[in-house]
Amino acid sequence: MGNLQYKVIVGLEIHVHLRTKSKMFCGCALEYGATANSRVCPVCLGMPGSLPVMNKQAFEYAVLAALALNCKIAEFTKWDRKGYYYPDLPKNYQISQYDLPLGTGGFIEIPLQSGQTKKIRIIRVHLEEDAGKNLHPAGNFSQIDLNRAGTPLLEIVTEPDMNSAAEVRALAVELQRIVRFLGVSVADMQKGHMRFEPNINLIITRDGTEYKTPIAEIKNLNSFRALERSVDYEIQRQLDEFLQTGKVMEMGNKTTHGWDDENQTTVLQREKEEAHDYRYFPEPDLVPVVMNERWLNEIKSKLCELPLQKQMRYVSEYKLSDYDAGVLTAERSTAEFFERAVKKGGDPKRVCNLLTQVGLKLANEAGCTLAELIPAAENVAELAEMIDTGKVSASAGNTIMRKMAESGEKPQIIAEQLNLLQKSDAGELEVIVDKVLEGNPKAVEDVKSGGKKSKKARGFLLGQVMQKTSGRANPKIISEILAEKLG
Amino acid sequence: MQKKISRAQVRNVAKLSRLELTESEVKEFSGQLSAILGYMEKMNKLDTDNVEPLAHCLPISNCFREDAVRESLGTEKTLANAPQRDGDFFKVPKIIDSL
Repeated sequence: MGNLQYKVIVGLEIHVHLRTKSKMFCGCALEYGATANSRVCPVCLGMPGSLPVMNKQAFEYAVLAALALNCKIAEFTKWDRKGYYYPDLPKNYQISQYDLPLGTGGFIEIPLQSGQTKKIRIIRVHLEEDAGKNLHPAGNFSQIDLNRAGTPLLEIVTEPDMNSAAEVRALAVELQRIVRFLGVSVADMQKGHMRFEPNINLIITRDGTEYKTPIAEIKNLNSFRALERSVDYEIQRQLDEFLQTGKVMEMGNKTTHGWDDENQTTVLQREKEEAHDYRYFPEPDLVPVVMNERWLNEIKSKLCELPLQKQMRYVSEYKLSDYDAGVLTAERSTAEFFERAVKKGGDPKRVCNLLTQVGLKLANEAGCTLAELIPAAENVAELAEMIDTGKVSASAGNTIMRKMAESGEKPQIIAEQLNLLQKSDAGELEVIVDKVLEGNPKAVEDVKSGGKKSKKARGFLLGQVMQKTSGRANPKIISEILAEKLG
Repeated sequence: MQKKISRAQVRNVAKLSRLELTESEVKEFSGQLSAILGYMEKMNKLDTDNVEPLAHCLPISNCFREDAVRESLGTEKTLANAPQRDGDFFKVPKIIDSL
């Protein structure tokens, strides 16, 4: 290969389904899995005489997402028709935004493997409607289900600022976390709520000369894994192609590819040249949207600290591991519950352990949020403190946490009911320790003589005290008493 | 006379619109579309330097509806006019590419 280096350049176009109850321009319900073509009306069928009306919630969700992506929000936006001749959108056009998107010039911060973050610039964010679903059964025909046609769809376009498949994946994951945090999308990949289209090429330097490979776009990727693998595949394919053919970027030699998941390869899609003639023009059936300061401030008030910032803050402020901080910030409700418990006085690390080791598992099993499982976050704070002060052991704490989820009772009461309170009364424990020392002169001898046996004998004595108290003695205090008596 | 919209352009637009035109229709539309463009040219003579581009002909904005579900047609009515159906689906010639 000689002296060859290359740099990967990837830009990403992402489509996100918004979490509204009804469609973008009509009142048909958005209901995944409903009987085919049951959630359809004259508007989404494109019947003559029907007229679209904008869904306010969808527009506000879109603006909220654009704000979170640090975009400038347009004071004036309008709608455009994009020519589209496939039966999954029977109007023969898609309502979209062409020259005046609702958000422009933003950025998203993504975590890198190094632990640092990187800003990926966002070119634009706009709102449009999704098409219906095509199914391809055996036979020379396709089936169309228009239930999805008209779903509010957020399109986000990034600058080509990503330089590896891992970065592309990181952006996709981060974006999913953000839209979920904001509550603007369920962002369930399995239900096709997020779709990705990376644009990939390489800048190859060989013997001091720079070459750019033709850009390839991969269409319609709907999983993080497919996204990452297809980018990696395309990088290798372009490198191989360049080495074999020396082909470089020219006007009009961008290609479109599909991803063949079975064979883990990208497949070139043949396209007619004029297929990209979308012939946009202003949508006469919809009036423009004017954003004023008051409305914008109202939407801004729904912004919150974004998950990545939260995660980094949990690490720096609460000294949690990056992994734990990631688990706690995966869902907004979890993060908010955690913060409430910490505010009520719970030690962050202890609260984190209770939530990640017990709470989240129970919530998952019950299919609900932590707050639904344990309405009072202060109970978790109290339990954390009981563990930290030695009132109950850490393992008893987990048991109490489970009971709290069941009964909603306060931890102190549960601990009493289940007899889980540790004996920390030094006077009472001293009597028991004395009895144990009396009954085990050999072990006492071993401890006192020091050496190898000493540590083991001390552990044995501690175990005896625990046994006599049915495991409810505070091991820390026993150790202290033992140390006092045996040195 | 040199037409503003050539027959080739009409054929291309027809193709993009999935329309099948006969040669006489191509000729007819070439003439009609050229006439429309001729009219546009007349309007282009107006001085619009100090006129803001118009996004919509009505002087109104922000016509929203609340995000509320309304009854849909249901599968049977939806498919009532379909040239062909396959169970609960529209049946169409095989599609290879879409959004």
